[in-house]
Parts: sequence; structure tokens; C-alpha cells
Amino acid sequence: MTEDIKGTVKEYILQEFLPGEDPNELTDTTPLITGGVLDSIGTVKLVMFIEERFGVTLQAHETDPDYLNTIESISNLILSKRS
Amino acid sequence: METRRVLHQLFDDAVARYPDNTAVVEPGEGSINYADLAVLSNRLRDRLHALGVRSGDRVGIYLRKSIDGVAAIYGILKVGAAYVPVDPGAPAERNSYIMHNCDVKAVVIENRFAEKFRAEYERLGALPYLLTLNGTGGGRALRQALDDADQEARAPEIETASSNSRDLAYILYTSGSTGKPKGVMLSHENAVSFVDWCSEVFQPESTDRFSSHAPFHFDLSILDLHVSLKHGAALVIVSEEVGKDPLRLAPLIAEQRISIWYSAPSILALLAQFGNLDRHDYSTIRLLLFAGEVFPVKHLRALHALVPKPRYFNLYGPTETNVCTFYEIPTLIPEARTSPFPIGVTCSHLSSKVVGENGSEVVAGEEGELCISGPGVMLGYWALPELTAQGFIVDAAGLHWYKTGDIVVEASDGNYTYMGRRDRMVKRRGYRVELGEIEAGLYRHPLVEEVAVIALPDEEAGVKIKAFLSCGQEKHPSLIELKRFCSEHLPLYMIPDSFSWHETLPKTSTDKIDYQRLKEMA
Repeated sequence: MTEDIKGTVKEYILQEFLPGEDPNELTDTTPLITGGVLDSIGTVKLVMFIEERFGVTLQAHETDPDYLNTIESISNLILSKRS
Repeated sequence: METRRVLHQLFDDAVARYPDNTAVVEPGEGSINYADLAVLSNRLRDRLHALGVRSGDRVGIYLRKSIDGVAAIYGILKVGAAYVPVDPGAPAERNSYIMHNCDVKAVVIENRFAEKFRAEYERLGALPYLLTLNGTGGGRALRQALDDADQEARAPEIETASSNSRDLAYILYTSGSTGKPKGVMLSHENAVSFVDWCSEVFQPESTDRFSSHAPFHFDLSILDLHVSLKHGAALVIVSEEVGKDPLRLAPLIAEQRISIWYSAPSILALLAQFGNLDRHDYSTIRLLLFAGEVFPVKHLRALHALVPKPRYFNLYGPTETNVCTFYEIPTLIPEARTSPFPIGVTCSHLSSKVVGENGSEVVAGEEGELCISGPGVMLGYWALPELTAQGFIVDAAGLHWYKTGDIVVEASDGNYTYMGRRDRMVKRRGYRVELGEIEAGLYRHPLVEEVAVIALPDEEAGVKIKAFLSCGQEKHPSLIELKRFCSEHLPLYMIPDSFSWHETLPKTSTDKIDYQRLKEMA
């Protein structure tokens, strides 16, 4: 179940924000916001994707780097929302 | 400084003092001394006059860089006309546009270019007289063409024109933002005041050997040609092919015992990285001058480590003023330094001021547009009175100041630092973003060789920033790594939206990164 989420999120990020990048470069712990992959508009897009794709609603405080900075932390957030 | 003199007078004075000195060397094609160069240029003077060229006319030069080309320049000046050099590598359409635009009376042209030029020009108007050379090299083709013309009817010998300092000496065409090139009109006074400044600062000797790396349509050539030939020194022509190739250029500089080198930074960066400079003896180089664009410090430091002996100077100035500020690079370049060196202080023959957006002078330490006045400032743009007027501010005393379009800041030591082009600043998410700053940030990555950043209008985002890069090795950094590197060196709002990797970045004919081409590629 966890792998599905990570895989889906990873695929989305690669497609939307890292065109042409080698998928192996994007790991579960690659810093996305602090590492410049997601700017403020990118973060908004990611939030919209997560809410739509996984049927969850994010609180305002859950859209900052503490929750969304890595695929690992995004996946944990989604799991916690679903349980 | 006394500037009632004219360019061809400086040359003739040198001929009288140093007739037997080598004037021009064309590696592989021979050389010519001052006396013989004078004779060749005088013959062209006479022939042009016989063809109807008079003082004040324009004569085009459509030749590869050569002894023939140098003789043509002086022949044209001596008949009292202005020379209009074009890039022989540019399309015939562009070159015929230029010649037609300034209504040249004649063109000294190589036969390999003549047919296409003729075809293009005839679409615009009646063809000027073409003095066609069977190639170039060593002055032989020009001599032959003059001999052939003399066979039919000898050109009577005339006196060299005693031009005035305000007379037009040459027109250099630069790219115009509207798409059509514009002709920068430069007088004898403009050129001679600059040449005299060079004499003052660089103290050339008749034993010096100057490189001629820049093409004749680029204003760096004004220093090469007219400073070397004023002082009885030798000018060593670097052909276009060799000039682009660090592996062939590196040995040439040593073999030709160049003592004064002048070029844009990009070839120097290539030499430092790929020229195997440690294999050659550069002990003859005493001055290393560069101008035209920012020299990334990492490459300058590398060059300096390989060629430590000469004095290094950063020269700055648009075509409209030629060099207007200069800065001597310190002998020790700190390892930690990444920001480019200052453009320095104003040349002694000019005045400068820094002007804010409201048109008045800024307070010291504040940034603003650099404006220049003095005898080195162009007469204007050919047949573009409105554009010319827009390029100047006239102050209360009636003095004309040329607006360079470059933003600078004056430091407490009086040196100007270049902040960027007025038109290279964009707003992103409300922040002011200097594209050059993004480039400087990316240059700090150890694998990045060349960087160029452009901004493109975008419906959604307002502006999209695109970075073009080239890398020193097979595998370039990943997008993720690059973005992370950026986040460590630049504010997040300055990180480019997209990156693309290329083997090398496109260059203009004057060796600078071709931003226009990059915009088209994007």
C-alpha cells in the first residue's frame, strides 16, 4: 500500500516538475521544496494533486516543507490521513 | 589630450619613423613592413579616388582578415572616406543590407563573396563599384587587383586626404533590438582619443607584437590595428578558424611571440581549459586585455595560474564609446572569490556619471545607469536620428551624455561594479531578478562550463526563466542536483524554471554568447 503511494507521487513529480530527469535521481528523501524542485506554485499544484488523487484534504499547516519536502514525508502524510 | 590628429596620420607618422619595421604578420601568408603597407594603401587610395570616391563617402570591406584587409582600411581612410567592415561569415543578405543602409560608394570584396552579394544587393538598389580580389592573403590579392586595374588605366596619384577630427572614420554595425543592425558612426576624434588613451595606459613600444584576434567589424579591432600601427609595432593576424580553436591558438600565441593580447573572455576561458597552456612558453606576453562581457572568475583564475606574468586588464565599454572604464586585475586572485571583478574607473579622456530612473545623478553607492561623455563618444547611429536622440541625455550645460544601458554601482574606492543590463532585469513573483546573478550562481557549480540565462514572457507565470548550460564532461549534473545547488546559492525565486544542456553555447561573430539565438531556440 505504501509503495503504491510513493510510486504514484514520484511519477507525478517527475512528469510535472522534472521533465527528462533520470528517475533514479529522485529518491524518497530528495529534498523537494528546500532543494528547489518545487517552488511556491509547484507546491500548490502538488497539494491539488494529492487531494484529488488520494481523496484527502490538507490543512493549511500541512502544506509546508515539514510535511511535503520528501516523497517519504508526503507518503506518511497521506497514510495518516487515510487511517 | 591633443586630438586634432586623424587615424591615417598616426599611421603615416609611424611609417616615417619605422619604415622597415614589420607592420603586419599573417601566419602562413607572410608579412609586410610599414613602407610597403604604406605603398599598398596609397595605391588603393588612388584607385578609389579614380572610381569617384571622395571625402565623406563610405567604402565597404567584405574580406577575410588579412594584410589585404589592413591595407584596405588605410587606403579608404586616406581617400578621406569611412570604412564599413562587415563579417565575411554573415549571410550576404545581412551584409548587403548594411552596405546599402549607409550607401557605400564602393566595396573591396573577395570574389568568393561577390556573386551572392551582388544578387542580394541588386534587390535593394543600384550596385556600388566592386573592387574584387581573387582571395586574400599577404596583400598579394589586393596588389594583383590594383595591378589589373592599372593595366587598363593607371590611377593618378593623389594627396592623402587631410581629414578633420570630426570626419567619419568608420561605421560599425551592431545588432538592433528591432532585428535590423544599426550603424554606429565613429569619427577620427572618437578613435584617436581612444588610441591616445591606450598609449598612455599601456605604453606600447615598437618592439611589441599585438594580437589581432577580433574581426574588423568588432570594436576591439580598433585597439589592435590603430594602436599597434601608431607605435611601429607588429600586428599578428589570428585567422577566424584558428581564433576559435584553443588547440591551434595556444601554440600560435607562443610561436608568434605575442606581447599584447586582446580579446573577449570566452576564448581565454577556452584556452585556460583546453589549450594545454603549460606546454608553451608565454614569457613574451606582458599585457593580457579582455573586454566585451563578464569574465567568470573561475576561468580567469585558472588562466592566471597558467599565465601569471602579464598584467591583466578588464576593459569595459559599448561600441558607442569604445573602452570607457578599465580595471587592473590584482596579481593574487583569492580562491574564495566568485563575483566578477569591477569594470573599474573611467578612462582619462572621458567623463562618467551614474543616473537613476528619474534622470538625475544618484547618490554615491546607489545603483543606476552609467552615462558617458567626451571625445570618445560616437557621433550617432547612421540615418537613425530618433534612436540617436534616445541614446543621449543632454544636461543643463548642454553636454551630451551617452546612456550605456548598463547598471553600475560605484564603490568607495571609485571603481564601478557592473550590475547588469537595464534590459536583463526581470520581476519574478514581485522580486527584482538580475539574470546575470543567476548565471553567476550557476557558474559556481564545478561541472558547469558555460551558462546563459534568458527570460521569456509566459502567460501563466508572467515570466519563465530558462538556463542553458554546457558541461566539461560526458555526464552532466542531474536536474535535481542542479536545482539543489541553486537552492544553496540563490534565493528560491531565482531558480530557473527549466534547464537544458548543450555541448557548447552559440556565439555571435564577436565571440559573445548569442542570447538572440538562445531565445529562438527556447
